[in-house]
Amino acid sequence: MKLSLGKWLLPLYVALALIFLVTPIVHVIIYSFNDSRRNNSIWNGWTFDKWLGVCDAQGICEAFGTSVAIGIVATIIATVLGTLLAIALGRYRFRGRSSTSLLLFLPMATPEVVLGAGLAAQFLAVGVPKGFWTIVIVHALFCLSFVVVTVKARVASLDPALEEAGRDLYGSARQVFWRITLPLLLPGIIAAALLSFALSFDDFIITKFNAGQVTTFPLWIYTKKTPPAEANVIASAIFILAIVAVVVTQFATAARRKRLGITR
Amino acid sequence: MAFAAFGGGGAAAAVAEPAPLKKGWIAIGLLAPGLAYLALFFLAPLVSLILTSLQIAPEGAGKGEYVQAFNWENYVVAIQSYWPHIIRSFTYALIATLAALVIGYPIAYFIGVTARKWPMVQALTLTLVIAPFFISFLLRTLAWKQILGDNSWIAQTLHGLGWLPADQNIVGTPFSVIFGLTYNFLPFMVLPIYVALERLDRRYLEAGNDLYASPPTTFWKVTLPLSLPGVVSGTLLTFIPAAGDYINASQIYLGSPQTAMVGNVIDRTFLESQQYPIAAALSVLLMGIVLVIVAIYVRRSGTEELL
Repeated sequence: MKLSLGKWLLPLYVALALIFLVTPIVHVIIYSFNDSRRNNSIWNGWTFDKWLGVCDAQGICEAFGTSVAIGIVATIIATVLGTLLAIALGRYRFRGRSSTSLLLFLPMATPEVVLGAGLAAQFLAVGVPKGFWTIVIVHALFCLSFVVVTVKARVASLDPALEEAGRDLYGSARQVFWRITLPLLLPGIIAAALLSFALSFDDFIITKFNAGQVTTFPLWIYTKKTPPAEANVIASAIFILAIVAVVVTQFATAARRKRLGITR
Repeated sequence: MAFAAFGGGGAAAAVAEPAPLKKGWIAIGLLAPGLAYLALFFLAPLVSLILTSLQIAPEGAGKGEYVQAFNWENYVVAIQSYWPHIIRSFTYALIATLAALVIGYPIAYFIGVTARKWPMVQALTLTLVIAPFFISFLLRTLAWKQILGDNSWIAQTLHGLGWLPADQNIVGTPFSVIFGLTYNFLPFMVLPIYVALERLDRRYLEAGNDLYASPPTTFWKVTLPLSLPGVVSGTLLTFIPAAGDYINASQIYLGSPQTAMVGNVIDRTFLESQQYPIAAALSVLLMGIVLVIVAIYVRRSGTEELL
């Protein structure tokens, strides 16, 4: 009796929790079809117009473009620096290894508002005008730690026998790195890069402190207070793209595991 | 997948024997660019922040003009003026973290243990858990504002049932702010716990059962301790951003002036009134308190290897 109750209780609880997680997302998507004027908080009937004329809302597409550009540059910086750090931490023994780990953990343990204010204070003290590059610098900074953690996990799970085999076959250190190590690390590096881009694209707090006159997509939404439906269109489009990508990779992995008979 | 990032304590479970650590000059070459970046854009700004927090406005200075000094008075002023905001931040963050743990642990358990037999269910649930990451933070928070708003059916129903006084709203209260914090950081709670539980060997649970432990006893004595590293990183990944957040608590989103957190004050004093020393002092205090809490918590829970 107790067991069967327990059997149903957990799935039910999880189903409710998932509804909770998805509710505002569904709301955002539905309101991207709202035939609204300025205030998108009142429902005014269905329309596809906002999807067809996204850029009609003034400045929205420029802001979107700025966010994409910042995301790409920051991701490249964070991914390159982070991968090098992850390889060093995962593979080498050196003095100050644990303090390096601690130093990399610290930005993650720092509230965003402190990171934002700290860099803003720094730029102010040095006299650097805030703008595109200051945003790139901060974004790369907070993405860096996440890249290190993600890639380091991959480095740790790398079978050293594969690299040994490469050396046994007279591969030079350089060949072993480019032909064996790097390709094996690639899934981790790609995951880290995607995570970086997502973090950068959606960041608001740190960006607000260091943006100056530049407007990113989240800053654009913020200045609108009640953003028009076009904002929902862009957010929904990104969401749908990302979810499709995740679903495809997830289900491909799940199907492969099923085929190989891996149950855990 | 990127979930590895949330693994926390020892998530880097080695599939093979890890390679023996090598010694070498190459390491320095690999480390130098990243460490230089951190020194320049993380450590130096922290120093800047501390220096700024000690600045003083000279006689007849304009708005936002300060000179370097050792004016510790700023901290006294900051605490005296804004101690309710500091306490509020940590209280809200603590409640939101506990709520996220209560909501998130069963989800993580379901994905990591219960759904193991059905990889498709596992994949679907996991996708739904990370779904909020892919929709704009600001828009999803605004969506809650509308869903819980004064004219929403939720508010109307609660008014109708008499559970909510007629002159009382949901949005703009501590409840709605904590609600928003819980929602927005819930995936950060679920993922590390899931990663920890996913690696849990089912045979341990069977062993507990064989030794006549009831399912709750097995849970408290076996499952929970083994998932503890995940719980520790999950609670930290929820608590830290929640304590510093000011979107949920801001008036345009789910808050009101009465729910302002320390982040709101730092934002206002730094970017609007340009009281840089006060904003910097509050930032230093926020970071200091967070670090002390993290250090005690990590030490207490015995999972020191976090990265």
